[in-house]
Amino acid sequence: MAGSSSSIMDNLFQRTLDDLIKSMRLQLLNESTFISKSIEDIRREIKSTDPQTKSTALQKLTYLSAIHGVDMSWASFHVVEVMSSSLFSHKRIGYHAASISFHDSTPVLLLITNQLRKDLSSTNHFHASLALHCLSTIATLDLSRDLTPDLFNLLSSSRVFIRNKAIAVVLRVFDKYPDAVRVCFKRLVENLESSDPHVVTAVIGVFCELSSKDPRPYLQLAPEFHRILVNSKNNWILIKVLKIFARLAPLEPRLGKKIVEPICEHIRRSGAKSLVFECVRIVITSLSDHESAVKLAVSKIRELLVDQDPNLRYLGLHALSVAAPKHLWAVLENKDAVIKSLDDEDSNIKIESLRLLMAMVSESNVVEISRVLLNYALKSDPEFCNEILGSVLTTCGRNDYEIIVDFDWYVSLLGEMATIPHCQKDEEIENQLIDIGMRVKDARLQLVRVARDLLIDPALLGNVYLHRILCAAAWVAGEYVQLVRNPLELIDALVQPRTNLLPPSIRAVYINSVLKVLSFCLDCYLDQDEGTASSYCCNLAGEQSEMFLVKTHTEAPELVATTREGSNYEQDEGFNPRNTTIESSDDLSDENDTDRVVTLLSMKNFTHESVVSLLNRIELIFSSLTANQDVEVLERARNIFAFVQLVKAEIIDNSGQNVDKKYTQVSAVIKSIRDAFSMELGPVSISAQGRVAVPDGLVLNENLDDLKAICGDIELPSSSSFYTGGPQFGTASDASSSNLLKNDESGPSNESTSLLEHRKRHGLYYLASDKSETVPNDYPPANDPKANSNINDEADALAKLTEQSLLLKKRTNQMKPRPVVVKLDDGDAAPIPDKRPEPINDSLSGAIKDVLGSEANLSVSRSNPLDKSSTKRKGKKKLGTDLPSEMKENLGDAEKPDPENPNPSSKSKERRRRGKEKIVEGEEPEQRGKKKSSHRHGRHKTHQRANSPLNVVSQAPVIPDFLL
Amino acid sequence: MIRAVLVMNTQGKPRLAKFYEFMPVEKQQEIIRNVFAVLCSRPEHVSNFVDAESFFGPDARLVYKHLATLYFVFIFDGSENELAMLDLIQVFVETLDKCFRNVCELDVVFNYSKMHTILDEIIFGGQVLETSSTEVMKAVEEISKLDAASSAINLVPKSVSSWRSR
Repeated sequence: MAGSSSSIMDNLFQRTLDDLIKSMRLQLLNESTFISKSIEDIRREIKSTDPQTKSTALQKLTYLSAIHGVDMSWASFHVVEVMSSSLFSHKRIGYHAASISFHDSTPVLLLITNQLRKDLSSTNHFHASLALHCLSTIATLDLSRDLTPDLFNLLSSSRVFIRNKAIAVVLRVFDKYPDAVRVCFKRLVENLESSDPHVVTAVIGVFCELSSKDPRPYLQLAPEFHRILVNSKNNWILIKVLKIFARLAPLEPRLGKKIVEPICEHIRRSGAKSLVFECVRIVITSLSDHESAVKLAVSKIRELLVDQDPNLRYLGLHALSVAAPKHLWAVLENKDAVIKSLDDEDSNIKIESLRLLMAMVSESNVVEISRVLLNYALKSDPEFCNEILGSVLTTCGRNDYEIIVDFDWYVSLLGEMATIPHCQKDEEIENQLIDIGMRVKDARLQLVRVARDLLIDPALLGNVYLHRILCAAAWVAGEYVQLVRNPLELIDALVQPRTNLLPPSIRAVYINSVLKVLSFCLDCYLDQDEGTASSYCCNLAGEQSEMFLVKTHTEAPELVATTREGSNYEQDEGFNPRNTTIESSDDLSDENDTDRVVTLLSMKNFTHESVVSLLNRIELIFSSLTANQDVEVLERARNIFAFVQLVKAEIIDNSGQNVDKKYTQVSAVIKSIRDAFSMELGPVSISAQGRVAVPDGLVLNENLDDLKAICGDIELPSSSSFYTGGPQFGTASDASSSNLLKNDESGPSNESTSLLEHRKRHGLYYLASDKSETVPNDYPPANDPKANSNINDEADALAKLTEQSLLLKKRTNQMKPRPVVVKLDDGDAAPIPDKRPEPINDSLSGAIKDVLGSEANLSVSRSNPLDKSSTKRKGKKKLGTDLPSEMKENLGDAEKPDPENPNPSSKSKERRRRGKEKIVEGEEPEQRGKKKSSHRHGRHKTHQRANSPLNVVSQAPVIPDFLL
Repeated sequence: MIRAVLVMNTQGKPRLAKFYEFMPVEKQQEIIRNVFAVLCSRPEHVSNFVDAESFFGPDARLVYKHLATLYFVFIFDGSENELAMLDLIQVFVETLDKCFRNVCELDVVFNYSKMHTILDEIIFGGQVLETSSTEVMKAVEEISKLDAASSAINLVPKSVSSWRSR
């Protein structure tokens, strides 16, 4: 009594969905608290025995789940209860709830099979419709298998309302349970001939989806699709048929000829933009060999490009970019419209037009297009600016700078990009700067100039997006220091105070570059001292450097002024970067090789005083760095510091002495450092490591998992690929200077104390201390023996490249030959696994092929009715399977030369595999009976008697020739 | 096929969300947020297509229409024509308009189940089955009639009679 009365109370005072929505709108408090309160009510109400209360509660829950993201998986059993109500209004709520909340692993799905079957065969077609809707989103393997016979019946339902829904459900059923194909496929195909456009829409929609996974099996239905393409007046159907043909045409070259005319006809006649666009798309993607059709399509695209509607303009550009790879002329013809679109307010249109511009880029126009784009980048919003920079970088860098002929120009362009305010493409610019340095010898001079300009500007150090680029610049300047015009100035730039804004990893690169430049300077100084009288050089160098400063002063005063404004950098003694910040581009282009030689000779003469002051300055700066927090910075700084102290002592000592006795010890040290740096770095193949022979006794496959657990708290070094230079030279300098720094080496200050402790704790995992110096060198040595063994291959590659560049020269009439770009013959990029589009849904297409294989003649139905009848017979045989006859059929199949299915044995295997399924069929004899009976009502029942020999002959061609 | 249909207002509140492949509710809400973030950043009078791959997997495109205070959003894949989808939004909105006489956001808010009934007649399991708003209206009206009839039988007599019998 109490229970029933509470249920009545619930019923009377229950909030309906409308009440819920209303009060939620009135709710001034927190929405989420209101929802959780409502859920509490729902949890109580949904347990009610009154179906009305229960269904209303479920409806509210469904609403909250769909709109407010409330979990309703807990209510799945109640969903089943409401679904099974006999009242339509409740049933509807239940089915809706099921379709939004059930998924493949919902346990209660097993309970609804019979309910679905009952509703599918209900006389009330709205009940059947509900069940179909639900199936279309939740059907699982089990449901599909069990309900296939019911669906089969509905596929020929006299009510279009039901029939087209049943057709659409078949898509999901095939996907979940491919064997359903054998039962339903034929009826599905028959529906293609229906006179009702609704039914045809549904069937074509299903075939469109099926063909998107694997189009091959449907090639045999091409005649049917062709008929629809020619006869149908319904744009929705035509669009879908075109989608199908777009997938079929590449598979069967003869198909194109057949469909191109009707498609052109549609383009000319149709007023529906959607249909015309679909026709245009199929022409440019799948029928690009048909010239007149392509011309027609491109003329339509042109109309789209100048349309008022931004959607059409966007789609026009999109179509052009699809056409671009094969028909670049189409893009070039519409160049103006494309460039105009770059200014559009719509970001979609802008990006499409950018893509098209990039597709137009070739070596002859890359300079102009990049110029145009960079100007756009300067004035556009940050997002699009980076979009532009990114695509310029990718296009120019593609295939090892395939389209770049003038690397001096390109390197300057990179420098320019770096200084664009919104630029965030730091990583790519960094990579390209270093990559070009390693690959293109002729570009290094310009590269060093660009690097210098970047390094010397203190304002740039404040921009985090420039740090990686500056890192590359510092590396380039240090690596190719022999090309640097004024090494002293470079050192000043590398040690300027604002470098403390850099992250430690980049600062370490800076420091390493300082070492390179410094050793270079000292080497030059010692060389010149040995050869000539120092006093002469002293005068010469002094004059030259002054002249140089004056020269840059007068050349670019405005530029200097602008950078001065931008920076609030405090003047440092002896270092005046702003005066020499930017060289005008005229200056760069004026300079030729003889000029370079002169500057190289003149600027690298050092006076004794200049060297001493340099050493003093470095000592001063690095003495402060020796207390740095970062291990890498600290260690490198200490190395330099010790090195400078050593050199300085000796140079000052010997300053007054005779020329002959000078610096024997220190020059040996400097020479060895110099030697370590002078070998050239080249690009390293991704597979280089694999070519290094594994030393005996080294077990690489040992399980190091426990090591990982221990090292977890150690910060890994930055994994940028271009640190190859840095750490490697770091260790090289370690090795060369280790005998000098014996005392320091043992000092604990070299390592952070935590690391030391860690080592103490886990000592057994570390190698002996004398070896540990070389252990971190996990980078492949740049000039290791394997590279030498590869010299011949590389020479070949180079020869090939030179040939190519000569060809280029002929073609483009360049003034300057394209410099050699070093390429590795086995490719530098990571090997891309040969990914073939896997045949998705193998079993499904297999099943369909199988069915179609026995029904190939179906498509020639009109030309040869006898054949059709024989397929009928076969189809029937399959439904009422009896083993012996199937065996016979298999034999027959195996004998037939079937080009579409070259492996007939697989077919029979599949049949055999399906033996299990026969048990299921056996369990439902009444359904089989139904199938048979419904079949007997089929239209072609009169053609039951057919002789199989004819059938065998007609099955051979994949596509009947009457079409092609 | 069509992967999802969303209706949301210009504040980003979802008014209708229908996903044609099962998706956990958290994921649904995330997608709704992402879609709104993209839509509200687009100015008026620009094209209606947005690349949806970033939040709806490969090959997903999105077309939307901004009408009064509502965004109508269809997410679909390469098997659908972009302009046809735009037309389909039009069909959907026209049907709503016929159904509610000058549809406004409140109609959409208070007619949750009717919205779904209408949508279900147009799109079935991600496939477009009906593109004529008159046909859709016919079906929807019949369903409503059936619905009303069955609940009228149920609501009063049954509960009252069960009450009386005690």
